[in-house]
Amino acid sequence: MVQKSNSIIVGIVSRFMAPFIQLFALYVIAHGHYSPGGGFQGGALLGASILLLRLTVGDKGSELVFKKEFGTPLSGFGVFIYAAVGVLAMIGGGLYLDYGSLPFAGMTPAELRSLGILLVETGVGIGVMATVIAIFDDLTMRHFRD
Amino acid sequence: MIWQVELIIYLLLIASAVFALRVKDLLSSIVILSVYSFGSAFLFAILGAVDVGFTEAVVGAGLTGIMFLAALYYTTRKSID
Repeated sequence: MVQKSNSIIVGIVSRFMAPFIQLFALYVIAHGHYSPGGGFQGGALLGASILLLRLTVGDKGSELVFKKEFGTPLSGFGVFIYAAVGVLAMIGGGLYLDYGSLPFAGMTPAELRSLGILLVETGVGIGVMATVIAIFDDLTMRHFRD
Repeated sequence: MIWQVELIIYLLLIASAVFALRVKDLLSSIVILSVYSFGSAFLFAILGAVDVGFTEAVVGAGLTGIMFLAALYYTTRKSID
């Protein structure tokens, strides 16, 4: 229910900047093991890029990127990825979230730990992005849908 | 680190915090609060906590500003008192 911005400069610049913000967010998530950043910061950047589109392009244009109905299910899906990696490590014979015993064949424990951290951070990133967008959509929704 | 840079950032933090409380236009208050968040993010990065500074820059300067803006959309822009 946010009004579209009338300024053409603001609209074009934010439409131009949003894909670069999303690319940087994917970089932050993918390099979370050995540099500052990680799932939370990358997910917050992804959410902020879509909120920028919501504020400037308007509802109709920004729902082409991220539909409002996807907010709450995707936040649950991110938590599911996190929990599923933990349970998968238990199936492989270790403790909960013990990445070294993930049941993937042909990988050393060091590679398994690196892959496990990446999977968990992907889940955290999806969850944070969807939660931020869902909070914003609920805040700016004028009437509750029946 | 260089103490002159830290002193400038501390002064910027105090000035932006006072101005964010004092200004009558609530939209300007939100923007000045984002300036405060960026200043504290710089300070965290100087003190060695790069991860904390990154989070502060993303969440404090980006997301809370947008959330305050969304809340402001349903109220009046001018402060009454």
